[in-house]
This record gives sequence, C-alpha cells and structure tokens, in this order.
Amino acid sequence: MGDNGSVWLPDPGTALAGEVDSLFWFVFWTSTIMFAMVILAKVYFMLKYKRTDERDVPAPVEESKVLEAAWIVVPTILVLIVFTWGFDVFVKLSSAPPDAYQVNVRAQQWSWEFAYDEGATSYTELYVPVGRPVKLNMTSADVLHSFYVPSFRVKHDVIPNRYTSVWFQAEEPGEYDIHCTEYCGTQHSGMNAKVVAVSEEDFAMWIAEQSQDLPPAVLGQQVFAQCQACHSVDGTPGIGPSLAGIYGKEHSFTDGTSTVVDDDYLLESIINPMAKIREGYQPVMPAGFSALSQKQLDGLVAYIKSLE
Amino acid sequence: MSHSAPGLNYLNHAKGFKSWALSLDHKRIGVMYMVAVSLAFLAGGILAILVRLELLGPGETIMGPDAYNQSFTLHAVLMIFAFIIPAIPAVMGNFVLPIQVGAKDVAFPRLNLASFYIYLIGAAIAMTALVNGRIDGGWTFYAPYSTSIGNGILWVTSGVFVMGFSSILTGLNFIVTVHKMRAPGLTWNRLPLFIWSIYATSIVQVLATPVIGITVLLLFLEKALSIGIFDPALGGDPVLFQHFFWFYSHPAVYIMILPAFGVISDLMGTFSRHQVSGYKFVALSSVAIAFLGFLVWGHHMFVSGQSAVSSIVFSLITYLIGIPTGVKVINWVQTMYKGSVQLKSPMLYAIMFLFTFSIGGFTGIMLGVLAIDVHLHDTYFVVAHFHYVMMGGNVIAALGGLHYWWPKMFGKMYNEFLAKIAAALVFIGFNVTFFPQFILGAQGMPRRYYDYLPEYEGLHALSTYGSWILASGLFLIAGYLIASFFTGKKAGLNPWGALTLEWTHTTTPPDHHNFHDTPVVTRGAYDFHLAGHLFEHGGEVTELDLGGDGAGTVPAEAPLPKEPAL
Repeated sequence: MGDNGSVWLPDPGTALAGEVDSLFWFVFWTSTIMFAMVILAKVYFMLKYKRTDERDVPAPVEESKVLEAAWIVVPTILVLIVFTWGFDVFVKLSSAPPDAYQVNVRAQQWSWEFAYDEGATSYTELYVPVGRPVKLNMTSADVLHSFYVPSFRVKHDVIPNRYTSVWFQAEEPGEYDIHCTEYCGTQHSGMNAKVVAVSEEDFAMWIAEQSQDLPPAVLGQQVFAQCQACHSVDGTPGIGPSLAGIYGKEHSFTDGTSTVVDDDYLLESIINPMAKIREGYQPVMPAGFSALSQKQLDGLVAYIKSLE
Repeated sequence: MSHSAPGLNYLNHAKGFKSWALSLDHKRIGVMYMVAVSLAFLAGGILAILVRLELLGPGETIMGPDAYNQSFTLHAVLMIFAFIIPAIPAVMGNFVLPIQVGAKDVAFPRLNLASFYIYLIGAAIAMTALVNGRIDGGWTFYAPYSTSIGNGILWVTSGVFVMGFSSILTGLNFIVTVHKMRAPGLTWNRLPLFIWSIYATSIVQVLATPVIGITVLLLFLEKALSIGIFDPALGGDPVLFQHFFWFYSHPAVYIMILPAFGVISDLMGTFSRHQVSGYKFVALSSVAIAFLGFLVWGHHMFVSGQSAVSSIVFSLITYLIGIPTGVKVINWVQTMYKGSVQLKSPMLYAIMFLFTFSIGGFTGIMLGVLAIDVHLHDTYFVVAHFHYVMMGGNVIAALGGLHYWWPKMFGKMYNEFLAKIAAALVFIGFNVTFFPQFILGAQGMPRRYYDYLPEYEGLHALSTYGSWILASGLFLIAGYLIASFFTGKKAGLNPWGALTLEWTHTTTPPDHHNFHDTPVVTRGAYDFHLAGHLFEHGGEVTELDLGGDGAGTVPAEAPLPKEPAL
C-alpha cells in the first residue's frame, strides 16, 4: 500500500484516473452489498432450516415468478449501467486530444526508450509537462510488452511492427511508476521506469539540456540505463556480468577461448552478444542493441571504459 | 439385492494390474483418472508453494528469475490442462454419470479407456519440456515470445494438443451416453443437474478443443517451416494468436466451471433434502452458458490492440453470461429455504463454494467493465479473480464431490471430524492466500513478476502465509482419505439420503455391472417429497429403493412416463 491513496487504489495522478475510480467504487459497493445479501441469506437459511429430525422431508416450495423475474431484471439493469459508464470512460481513455504532446516509445527486452520530438532521448525516466495531454506512440523492437502506469490507470500492449498508443495528462508534478505488464522474459519484472511530471518551464529546460551535444561518456551513461536490469557497475553480479573495471582485464569464454577487454570486444559484445559468452553466464542477452546509433554505441563504449 | 455374488463389487471382482490397466469399466477408469489427476494436482501444488515462497519478499528468496518464471508457467500448465479440465468430468463424470443415467457403462467403453491413455501420453509429453529446454511466459504462450525461446514450447504445446483429444473423446462419449442410454423413465426433466452440467461441458469440449489443436499446429508450422503466422518478424500477427488462443481458452473456462455447478446442485439438493430451486433454469442456463461462452473471448484482449469497437461488443456479451451465473447462485441459496439442511462435510464445501465463487463472480463483473479493466488487466487482481473462480469454484466443488462420492466409490467413510477441520483450513487458507492479491492488483502490482516494489511486501507475505494454511488443509484431506482405506467405517448404501440412482439403486461399492436389473425412474432427481418412505426410520438410508418389490419392477401406481418432454 502506498503512502497516499486508499487501501485499494493508488492516488489518482490524472483527472481521468479519478473518473475510473468513481466507477470502480460504484461497482465495488454494489457488489459488496449484493454479496453481503447473498451471504446473509445463506447463513440465515443454514441456521433456520437446520435438520432437527432425520425423518423430516420438507415439501417443495412454490416458486415465485415475480421473485425469479426480479433476480434477472435488477442485476441486468445494474450491469447495463456499469457497461454504459465503463464504455463512456473507455472511449475517453482511448481518444487522445488532437493537440497532445507526442512522445515515441520503443520497448525492448528489458528497457524503455522515450524519444522526444526535439531530439532528446531518455531511458529510465519519461519526462512530461504537467497540465498538458501527452500521447505515447508505442512500438516494440522484439516481443510483446505492455505499458502501464498504475497512478494514471492507463495500460496498452506494445506490439512489434505496429503502433499502439496511450495518453494521459498529469495533474501534479511528481514521479509515477511505469511497469511492463506483458510477460517478456527473464527480466520482465525489472522492466520498470518512471514518469517524471514537471512544470512546463522545467520541461522546456530539460528538453533544451538533453538536446545539446554531450561528451560521449555522459551520453553513454544515459544510454546505459537500458542495460542496468542485467549489468551492474559496482561489481555486483546479475543476469549478466558486472562491468566495473573490466577494461584491460582478461575475459574467458564458455568455448574455452579468452581475450583482453578492448574497444572492439566491447562493441562486438553489444551489437552481437552471442559471439562470445562469458564463462559462468547464460547466452540470454537480447540482440536488439545493434539498433543503437553509432553515436550511442561510441558513447556506451566510452562509458564502460570509464568504469572503475 | 441379489447381485452377482455377495461381497463382490467393481473393486474386487477381478484382481491384478492387467484387470485395472485394461479395464473397460467406467468406474475403474474413473478411479485411475483420480490417481493421475491427483498426482498432477500434487505436482502443480508443490510448484505453487515454491512460487509463493519466492514471492515472500522482494528480490531473490529461494530461486533466480528463470527458475521462477518456469515454475509459475509449469504450475499453470499442469493445473489447467492436466488437473482442472479432467478433474470433475473425467473422475466424477466417469464414475457417476453412467450410474446416474441408469446405464451399465458409457456408450463407448473402449474409447473411454483410450481417452485415459491419450491423457497420460499428453501429460507425459508436456512434462518432457522440463528437460527439453525452457518454457516460461505463463500458460497463454503469447507469440512472438513463445516462438523465440527454443523448442521446449513445442513439447508443451504438443502435450496440450494430445490431451485435447482425450478431452474431445470423453465429451463425445458422455454426449452419446446421456442421449441414448438413460434408463426408462429418466426424462430430461428428471435428470440430475450433475448430468446436465457434464452434458453442457461435453458440448464445449467437443466444439472448442479443436481450436487449440489448430492453434498449436499453426505454432508448429511457424517454428518448423518459418511460415509467418503469428511472429511479426516473419510477417505474422501476434494479436491473431491471442484471438485463436482465447477462442479456445475462454470456452475452456466453462469446461472448468460448469462441472462444478453440477456438483454443487447435487450437494445443495441432497443436503437440503429439497428440490433444487429453479431446476429448469439451472439446467438450461448451463447449456446456454456453454454456447454463449464462445462469444466473449475478446474480453481478455481489451488492451491488446484489438479495435475499441470489438472491445465494447465483447464487454456487453460478457454480461449476458454473468447474469444467468448470478441467478444460479441465488437458486442454490434458495434451495435451502424451507429445506432440511444437514451440514456434513460435502455440504460445507458447497456452502464455501457459494462464498468463494460469488467473490470470483463479482470481481469478474468488475473486470468486464471496460475502463476498469484497462487498469486491472494483467495485474494480481486478475490472478486473484481466476483463482477465486477456478480454485474457489472448481476445486472447492471437486473437494465437495470427492467427499460426497468417496463412500460410494470405496465403501469406506472418512473421519468426519478431521474433514470439518480440513474444510475450515482450506477456507481460511484459500481466502488469506488470494484475497490480498485483489488489493495488490488494484494497487498496480503486475502479474508474472519475479521481483516487486517494496510497498507490496506486506500483502505478498500474507498471501504466502495463507498458502501454507491452504496446503496444510489439503494434505490433511489426503491423509484422512488414505487412512479411511485402513481404518474407515464401512459405508452404508446411502449415507447422505440422496435420490440419484448411484445411491438408491447400487450397492456400496457398486457392482461390476452397476445394476442387476435396469432401473426404472419414477421421480425427479430431487423429488424428496415423493420418497418419504426412504426416510421413515430416521438416520441414514440403509436400503435400496428399487421401487415396489425390490427387484426393479415398476410399481403399479407409477406408470412409465412418456418420452422426454422439454
């Protein structure tokens, strides 16, 4: 349970999330009342009509047509109400305003890449301006993923070779969790990020900063956010080997060969991860990183070199 | 009561391994299924305990992510395909259905034995995936992930493909048996509701199972020949896989739950000694649900990339199915009204079912609401919902049925006191395990997660503690049932005072050929008011009710009923 929000739902981060919540509570309380009535009737009948005489054979009960009809009509009216209400909110959730600010999202095992129109790219944090509708145009580089922000009550599958979208309008500055909710392999549960909602001014500043030319190692550090699910930079072993201080060391591989870590080896391990498998590790690294730009690859190599 | 020879029954009339392995007797086949599905339940259950143990705290607790991902996948595959789908139809359906219709066996006994071996072969093939490479991603096997992880997936899906044939053949057998082999006087209006529900289930088994077969074949073709069907890298469409998959798997949900409805109806009627309220509605709505079940598969795909219009239509039809299911629950409750309720252990499970299945049903309504489903889809809310429906529905009903028919099957009573303790443990354990998962899901905890955010730890730990209580209840049940073979009291002919033919017209355990003479049915399955003479002496019913002279001839005042009218 979070610090905010109720026992059941996290604090709503958008106005539309509030509408979903009203609907949730309507269904929750109608269901709870009806459930309580069923259980009370059940317990009452159990006790009231408990068998006291083994010879007892009760007579059949004349069934009431009115009662039978009521049990069909009343729930039908109730579900039609929630259907229509749910339909209405669903249409709102599915239709982004035409003036929404668009961010391109690319999902891959096991990271998110957020590309902004101004040229900036971010990985573990999706920066958005508060008070402006944001539409995410999403596609996947490999298998199915699903983009989910619990606080915004939005979710949509991310599919290769096709665009899907979600939209939201954050109301308050803050950080909101992003999860992948379509199973995508070993590190599925590590495929998280955050929506960082900031004021319009802060957003403009951030975009300007990001779009400048960065030194390769700094750019590499940003790109490396996609690698953190498996590779640590402090020596802790993970799914993949830690990259702390490996430059210049000798690495041995599962096929018995070995090599000294240099720029070429680092580049090869990123774009063709199956070429050499480090001893003691599984060949599980996704091949999708070959799609990084040359500048990003140079940055990554420079960053890994700089690690101590 | 002059059956073949005194003291001989289906269990002891022939001895030796071959007399079981090659038996065409539906009762022996039912018992063999019971052993097989119990083993599948045990294996799936141990995996569930391991999965819950891993989730006790965030990060690694007892295993790494790959082991975890494969454990929950195998748990689901075993529980769904090797346990829940065959549990009630193949075990209780096989044992009880032919006797309840007054037949000596199912229509095609050889086919019945073949179904059993096909099931075993399918289960064995699926299990080889354990050594043939990794299988992860859950029982849904969504492409293109499933086609990208090596060949283990082909073994599992082949196993599912083969087990599907067992399901189809069993369904076919039951449909023919119910249509052609009912005893004289057993009109459709008099059929036990257990038969009605198994009949409806069989229709779904025959019509839906071929679709999963086709899907698996297409997956095979794609992997073996690189024909692009589902994998976008080859030009296929991954959403198409989901349509195929749910076109089978949603009806399959009814294969899992309809038999439970039948067991609960029989239990409610017998232990209330009362007509099941709304008999015709309960009977026919099962068949209606079986057909409507084919039209709602898209409600699993509201956020998958299918068109919004499709989602809206599927949401609406989903409610058409929800209403009759809800009315059934009310009918079961109403059966107790002005009845004579006896709280023996099988009835405790029926009462428990009304509680757990209702929660499963109401949360299903929640998930059918489009805008709410967007938030709850693929979270623990869904995990909790289907465990409330599948375990709180099917498994609780199966336990009720097991306790109900156990004395008839093996001629032994189990320890009723321990049975009540176990029922309480199962009820408490089940709710402590799965209720917190509703809250986790609503809070935003995604399913199939090896690791989770620290704020979810409390509820995850609670759920894990619940799984220990649940497991202790289930092991207790296994313990006293096995003990009943050695120390159990001899069971009477009709300890519960039921009116269906397996209780009124067969010995305990039943004779090899079920009946000495073809029984003649002169009343409905729950017409207790027409059978007052059985209960005149009080206590349990200890004589067969062979109608009139005890030899199966029809008493003069009860003429043969006309042909089925419905």
